[in-house]
Amino acid sequence: MNGNAQFLVLNPAGPVARIELHLIVVSIILVLIIVIPVMLLLAYITRRYRDHPDNTAPYMPEWSESKLLEIIWWGIPVAIVGILGVYTVYDTFALVRPPMKSASPLTVQVTSLNWKWLFQYPDQGIATVNEVDIPANRPVQFVITANSPMNGFWVPQLGGQEYAMPGMAMRLWLEADKPGIFYGHGGNFTGRGYAKMAFHVVSRPQRDFDRWVKLVKQSSPALTQSGYQQLVNAQSNTPTLLFSSYPAGSFERTIRHQGGMYMQRDLSIINADR
Amino acid sequence: MLPHYWPTLVTGDPLIYGADASIGLVSIAIVFVLTYYKKWGWLWREWLTTVDHKKIGILYLIAALLMLFRGGVDALLMRTQLSRPNLHFLAADHYDQIFTTHGTIMILFVAMPLIFAMFNIVVPLQIGARDVAYPYLNAISFWMFFFGALLLNISFVIGGSPDAGWVSYAPLTENQFDHGPGENFYIMALQITGIGSMATGINFIITILRMRAPGMTLMRMPLFTWSALAASIVVIYAFPALTVALGLLLIDRVAGAHFFSMDHGGNPMMYANLFWIWGHPEVYIVILPAFGVLNEVFPAFSGKRIFGYSTMVASFMAITILSFLLWAHHFFTMGAGPGVNAFFALASMAIGIPTGVKVFNWMFTMYRGRVRMPMPMRWAVGFIPNFVVGGATGVMLATAPGDYQYHNSYFLIAHFHQVLIGGTIYGMFAGMYFWWPKMFGFLLEERIGRLAFWLWNVGFYVTFFPQYLLGLMGMTRRIYTYPAGMGWSSLNLLSTVGAVIMGLGFLFIVWNILYSVMHRSELRDVTGDPWNARSLEWSLPSPAPHYNFAVIPTITRRDEWWEIKKYGRTEDYRPQPGEIQDIHMPNNSGRPFLFSVAFFVVGLGFVFEWYAVVILGFAGVLAIMLHRSQEVDDGHQIPADEIRHEEIALGRL
Repeated sequence: MNGNAQFLVLNPAGPVARIELHLIVVSIILVLIIVIPVMLLLAYITRRYRDHPDNTAPYMPEWSESKLLEIIWWGIPVAIVGILGVYTVYDTFALVRPPMKSASPLTVQVTSLNWKWLFQYPDQGIATVNEVDIPANRPVQFVITANSPMNGFWVPQLGGQEYAMPGMAMRLWLEADKPGIFYGHGGNFTGRGYAKMAFHVVSRPQRDFDRWVKLVKQSSPALTQSGYQQLVNAQSNTPTLLFSSYPAGSFERTIRHQGGMYMQRDLSIINADR
Repeated sequence: MLPHYWPTLVTGDPLIYGADASIGLVSIAIVFVLTYYKKWGWLWREWLTTVDHKKIGILYLIAALLMLFRGGVDALLMRTQLSRPNLHFLAADHYDQIFTTHGTIMILFVAMPLIFAMFNIVVPLQIGARDVAYPYLNAISFWMFFFGALLLNISFVIGGSPDAGWVSYAPLTENQFDHGPGENFYIMALQITGIGSMATGINFIITILRMRAPGMTLMRMPLFTWSALAASIVVIYAFPALTVALGLLLIDRVAGAHFFSMDHGGNPMMYANLFWIWGHPEVYIVILPAFGVLNEVFPAFSGKRIFGYSTMVASFMAITILSFLLWAHHFFTMGAGPGVNAFFALASMAIGIPTGVKVFNWMFTMYRGRVRMPMPMRWAVGFIPNFVVGGATGVMLATAPGDYQYHNSYFLIAHFHQVLIGGTIYGMFAGMYFWWPKMFGFLLEERIGRLAFWLWNVGFYVTFFPQYLLGLMGMTRRIYTYPAGMGWSSLNLLSTVGAVIMGLGFLFIVWNILYSVMHRSELRDVTGDPWNARSLEWSLPSPAPHYNFAVIPTITRRDEWWEIKKYGRTEDYRPQPGEIQDIHMPNNSGRPFLFSVAFFVVGLGFVFEWYAVVILGFAGVLAIMLHRSQEVDDGHQIPADEIRHEEIALGRL
C-alpha cells in the first residue's frame, strides 16, 4: 500500500472517489464561509462587550430587533445550502451511472460473510476471499449482498460505501485509474469478527489482470458447494484465498435464500445484467 | 425455566465477579448508612414518594450524573483499548458490549434525564405554575426511567450486556446471530424508560399550554419553556416509532416471529427506518432544550434582551417539523436510490439554516450588552465554537455522496460527539450551573468550576479532532482493534489522552459539587436572584417553597422579572398578606415507585423469558392501577395561615 496515502479519502485513485472528494472540498469551503466569521465575531464580541466598569462600548439593553441583520443571517445559510444542494443533487445522480462510458464494465459479485468478504467473477468464473483484483481504467460494477448481518462495502480510495444487505443486490460503480493496492473494510458492524474484515483491492493493467485470471484458473483450487458452505458457516476471519471456480448460481441462490425471494423487485440488478 | 440461560448468569469471568462483589459491597454500605442514621423514612417520604416537580428534577439530575460516570467509564475503557494497535486489553466481545452500553446510556440515560431534569426544575417556575399538569404521572415518568436504566445496567453482571450497537440493527439482533439475554435487556430497558419519556412529553405539553400564569401569552413565554414545548412535541411523535420497532423486535426474539429477520418475508430495512424515525428526532429532542438554556443564559449574562425573540420561536418550530424529515440520512448507503437520497440530503442541510440563525442571534444578544462570565456563561460561550464546527461537519455529512465516504467512519463519530457533547452536554451544564442555586439555595463554587470547564474543553478538542482525521484515514467505527501501519496509531493515542483529560474534567465537576455542598453556607444565595436574571423563577426565594408561588403573579410582558427590577417594583411584587389563600397541592404517593418496580419485574421476566415472572410483574402493574383508580382525593389544602408563616420565615412578608 502507498505509505504516503494515509488520508485515504483525500487521496482518491479513481473517478468516483474523486467526485466525492470534490464535493467534500466544496462543502468544506462553503461551511468555512460561516465558521470563520462566527469564530472571529465571537472572539470580538465577548472581548468588546465584557462587563468592566471602564468599558466604553455602547450598552443598549433594549436593542433586540433588526430586520436587516436577520435577513442577512437567514440569507447567508440559505445561499450556502442552495449552492451545496445543487452540487449534492448533481453528484448523487451522477454516481449511480458507470464512471466511464467507453470501456465495457467488469462485474464483480460481493458477498459479506461472517467474517470475510467473498468476491465472485461471473464472467471469469473465478472467486476470491478478502482480495479483489480489478483491471485499472475500466469501470467495475460491484453487485453486493450479504450472507450475514448487514455490512458495508467501503474502499476509501476508490469511492464511498454501499451497504451489503441480505436478500438484496446493491450496485456500486467504482473504477481505479491507476494500478495499486487499496485498503477496504466492512462499513457496518456485524458482530465479533467484524473488526478484522479488511480486504484489499488490487488494481492492475488489463493485460496483467487477464494473466492473473489465467493463473488463478490454473493454479488455485476450486470452491466446491461444501467449501462454500464451510466459508459461510465458519464464523471466523480468513486469510486471502483464491479459487479457480465456484458453484454456478451460488450468488443468486444466496440472495434468494436470504430473503430475496420475497423481494423480487430487488433482484432486477442481477437479472438485468445476466 | 432456569437452565437455558443459566450459563450466562455464571460466567466465570473475574471482571464480572469483581463487579458483582463491588455492587454488593456498595449496596450493603448504602443500606448500612441509611439504617445507622435512621434515614429510611426520610428517603421514602421526601424522595421516593415525592410528586414535587423540583425534587423530581433533582432526582433526574443525580441519576443523569451517575449514568454519565458509567458511560464515561465505558468510554475510557474503549479509548484505552484503542490507544495502541493490536492491544488485548479488551476482547472483541467485551468491547462490543461496552460500545453498545456506552451509546445507549449516553443518549437515553444521560442526555434524556438531563433535559427532563431541566424541564422539571425550570418550566413550572418559569410559567408561574405550582406544579406540572400531572404530578403523579411525573413521578411515574421518573421511576420508569430509573428502573429502565437499572435494568440496562445490571445486564453487565447478570446475563451479559447487549452487544449490537446502540442502534441494535436487525438482523444482527435476531436470535439467529445474537442469542441470549443481552439484546433483551436493551429492548426492555428502552421500552420501560420510553413509557416514562412519552408521559413526560405529554405532561409538559399540557403544563405549558394550560398552566401558564394569567397574562403569559405564548409569545411572552421564556424561550427555555418554548424549547421544552418543542422538544415535548417531538417526543410524543417520535417515541411511538421506537416502541413499535422494539416491540416487534422483541416478538421476533422471544416468540420466533419474522418482522425483521431475513427469511420468511421479514425485512431488516424496516427496523432501520423505524429506529431512525425515532432516532433522528431524538437528537433534536436532546439539543432543543440546550438551545433553550442558552436562550436564558445569554440574555441574563449580557444584561440585555434576547436578540430576535420571534425568530427564535420560529426556528424552534421549524426544527420541530424538519427533524422528522431527515431520518434516511442515517443510511444514504442503503441503496434507496438517488431521488430519495437527494431529498434527505437537502432536508438535512436545510435544518442547518434555523440552527445557524440561532447562533447569530445568541452572538447579537451579547453585542451591545455587558458580558459577564460566571460558570453558566462560560459553558454557553464554549458551546458556540463547538456547535458551529459540529453543525458544519453535519452539513458536510448531509451531502449524500460525501457521506458515502464518511459513513460509519470516525469522521461521523467525531461529528456526533461534537454536537452531543459540545451541544447537549455543554448546554445542560450551563443550565445546571445556572439553576443550581434555584434547586439547592447555594451556588457552585467558581474556581473549581472553571478548572473543570477548561479540562473538559481542552480534553474535548484533543479527543475528537483526531477522530475527524482518523475517519478520513479510513478508520471505521465499532472495531475493537486495528493493525499498525495504517497511520492511525498516534492519532488514536492522542484521542485517548484527550479522553483522560475529559475524565479529569468530570471528576472536577464532581469535586466542584462536593466542595460547594460542604461550603454551602458561604455560597448561599440569599437574594433568590444571584445572576440578576430575567424570568419568573428568579422572583422566588432559592430554593423555591414547595408550593412555588404564594400568589400566582399576573404577567404583562416578556422578561417580566427584569422589567419589574428595572422599574424598582420588586417590593410590590411580593405577595401581600391579604392575597394569600389556601393552596391545593397533590399528595405524595408511593405507587409510582412500586408501579415502576412492577414494570422492572416484567422487564426482567422478558429478558430471561421467564413468563411466570412477566405475569407476576403485570399483576403488580394492574393492582397498582386498580388501587389508583379507587382514589377519590389525591390532593390536600395548605391553609393560608401556614403559607403566611412560611413566607414570613422566608422574609417575603
